[in-house]
Amino acid sequence: MPERAGPVTHKNNKVMIMSVNALYDYKFEPRDKVENFNGMQLVYVQWAGHLMFCAPFALLVEPDMSFRALIEDALKPAVAAHPQSVKADFLAAQWELNGESFTPNADASLVDNGIDHKSMLVVTTPGLDGMFNTGY
Amino acid sequence: MAVKNKKLNLKDKYQYLTRDMAWEPTYQKKEDIYPDESFEGIKILDWSQWEDPFRLTMDAYWKYQAEKEKKLYAIFDAFAQNNGHQNITDARYVNALKLFLTGVSPLEHAAFQGYSKVGRQFSGAGARVACQMQAIDELRHSQTQQHAMSHYNKHFNGLHDAAYMHDRVWFLSVPKSFFDDARSAGPFEFLTAISFSFEYVLTNLLFVPFMSGAAYNNDMATVTFGFSAQSDEARHMTLGLEVIKFILEQHEDNVPIVQKWIDKWFWRGFRLLSLVSMMMDYMLPKKVMSWAEAWEVYYEQNGGALFKDLERYGIRPPKYEDVANEAKHHLSHQLWTTFYQYSHATNFHTWIPTEEEMDWMSEKYPDTFDKYYRPRYEFLAKEHAEGRRYYNNTLPQLCQVCQVPTLFTEKGDATKLSHRQIEHEGERYHFCSEACCDIFKDEPEKYVQAWLPVHQIYQGNCGGADVETVVQKYYHINIGEDNFEYVGSPDHKRWQFIKGMAPQQKGDDEAAEKPNAA
Amino acid sequence: MSQQLVFIVFQDNDNARYLADAIMADNPHAEMQHQPAMIRIQADKRLVINRETMEEELGRDWDVQEMLIDVISIGGNVDEDDDHFILEWK
Repeated sequence: MPERAGPVTHKNNKVMIMSVNALYDYKFEPRDKVENFNGMQLVYVQWAGHLMFCAPFALLVEPDMSFRALIEDALKPAVAAHPQSVKADFLAAQWELNGESFTPNADASLVDNGIDHKSMLVVTTPGLDGMFNTGY
Repeated sequence: MAVKNKKLNLKDKYQYLTRDMAWEPTYQKKEDIYPDESFEGIKILDWSQWEDPFRLTMDAYWKYQAEKEKKLYAIFDAFAQNNGHQNITDARYVNALKLFLTGVSPLEHAAFQGYSKVGRQFSGAGARVACQMQAIDELRHSQTQQHAMSHYNKHFNGLHDAAYMHDRVWFLSVPKSFFDDARSAGPFEFLTAISFSFEYVLTNLLFVPFMSGAAYNNDMATVTFGFSAQSDEARHMTLGLEVIKFILEQHEDNVPIVQKWIDKWFWRGFRLLSLVSMMMDYMLPKKVMSWAEAWEVYYEQNGGALFKDLERYGIRPPKYEDVANEAKHHLSHQLWTTFYQYSHATNFHTWIPTEEEMDWMSEKYPDTFDKYYRPRYEFLAKEHAEGRRYYNNTLPQLCQVCQVPTLFTEKGDATKLSHRQIEHEGERYHFCSEACCDIFKDEPEKYVQAWLPVHQIYQGNCGGADVETVVQKYYHINIGEDNFEYVGSPDHKRWQFIKGMAPQQKGDDEAAEKPNAA
Repeated sequence: MSQQLVFIVFQDNDNARYLADAIMADNPHAEMQHQPAMIRIQADKRLVINRETMEEELGRDWDVQEMLIDVISIGGNVDEDDDHFILEWK
């Protein structure tokens, strides 16, 4: 029988991660490492309670762009189709970064705000919770 | 027909023509001939216990398949000769076929490859013969589907490059990656994934009520290939159930392995079929049965009976089945509004359902449609009427496992997006659900290499930096013909012309005939 | 849900109408549903198609495997031999 690496269990970031059961040493580079994005990085932004946008936005951004620029140049154009977008003050809103409460520094870069590649931002705008009482 | 073999009964004939055609190797070790048979940990003690309840032998197989083909192609000819496409209920229906041809037919071909491969890997002759027949069936399905739809390709847009699109277009990575995942697994996982979880538990939802719907919408060609394919499926489903019972009966150590695969592949299949939910509720102008009703009959009722039967082996229903059951009230609506906003990047059109259709949905989805979804369509219709047909001008986050945009909502709260994320070896990964996250954690090496269309566009691997270039040049979607809103589209105009609803004007001759039609 | 249903679905065509009649004759507990282009028959626990009944219905010899032409879907464990086709949950 061919030698194989059997299922291996190890602890990683507090989650139990298993390993693939294969006929050979099955190892692949992650396809979406930051170095594959030509100096840019990804950030995902979700405007909570606005399901008119079916999923969080996947945005391609410069890591050293300011948080303010992310709002002005990326998020605002993305949400412009929503009637509540004109009333939204995203800088004064409540933010979450990768699942934790987060206070952005508007003039610091994304990197300096701790927003690394493939980070997830969720913004909640109190008083603006979508249309039809259904978070649309 | 009905040539009865008076000499041998069915059981003997099957025994002679299947098992006795195999032999025990003498100068090579069995493990060397079938090197993939044991690495998954599945223990097979006695292959002779394998049952093929249909006891189909190759000679009978060819006889019945030939008869099916003759019937099928006679109907294709009649359909084409009589311009059958002009008799469908409404041209919006053809958009379901565009999704079918790009999303489903290539899977038939992938299944052909998959069964050819695993059919080589089993040391039991019964399993090899069953896989061989299924491989040929799947090739037949792929071919007959393309033949059936080639007629539509002469008269409607978006059907011109299905196999090419399947390998590239963003939402088609959902079906493609599903089958790639199965085909790159071991032979027993492949059978559990495709024969059992997909064929037995889930494909009824596509091939039975949807095809009945095709008939109801007067699409004679599609219902015919659909039911012709499905007549093979009855055999495949039987194989699926037999393979699971066989594996479970062979050794108790197989039970937890199979359970894990059932959990995984039920969920993978459920996510894939979310595309079918919108085909049924939105893309059939005349409705047969709602997605929720189909789910109740073909999963909750039939799947319930099945898993009750498997209890004796220590198998329980799939994990997260409760999430799938609850989602039946939302799924098609969430999918359709997603494709509605990304219609600029699809080979098919979308539209706002008519008032009559919305009333049907209110009736079929009494707890959810009027509350959540009707107001959305009324809003979108108003936007459209005022010259702001809504398109989402960003790219969506995709699930690392199922590759669907992370659009689903949490069980019990349809206002909250379901999203999970983890860090693994220094990289962040995002998921549409706990279930997809579980699948990743079980085999991260498989999914870290996922070819996610959105990320590939951003890496510059899809022919251009802007969506328009990607759609036109890399996807081969003809902008202004294949994509965008249905109302006012070339397909829509052509249909109005066919039905005599639009006065013929100069240039209509060209509009009525698809350019470059064969 | 106390019932454990087996089911069989046929194309709604001439061949299958004989099959449906034979099934309904031999399985009094079965329920037949008509949907566009198809006939669906379901029953608690067990459904049987008997060759003998089919041959009577058709007035000719009939091979059990002929049903493969017209069947669309099934649910339940299959047991087939020269004289019958059985679907059941045991």
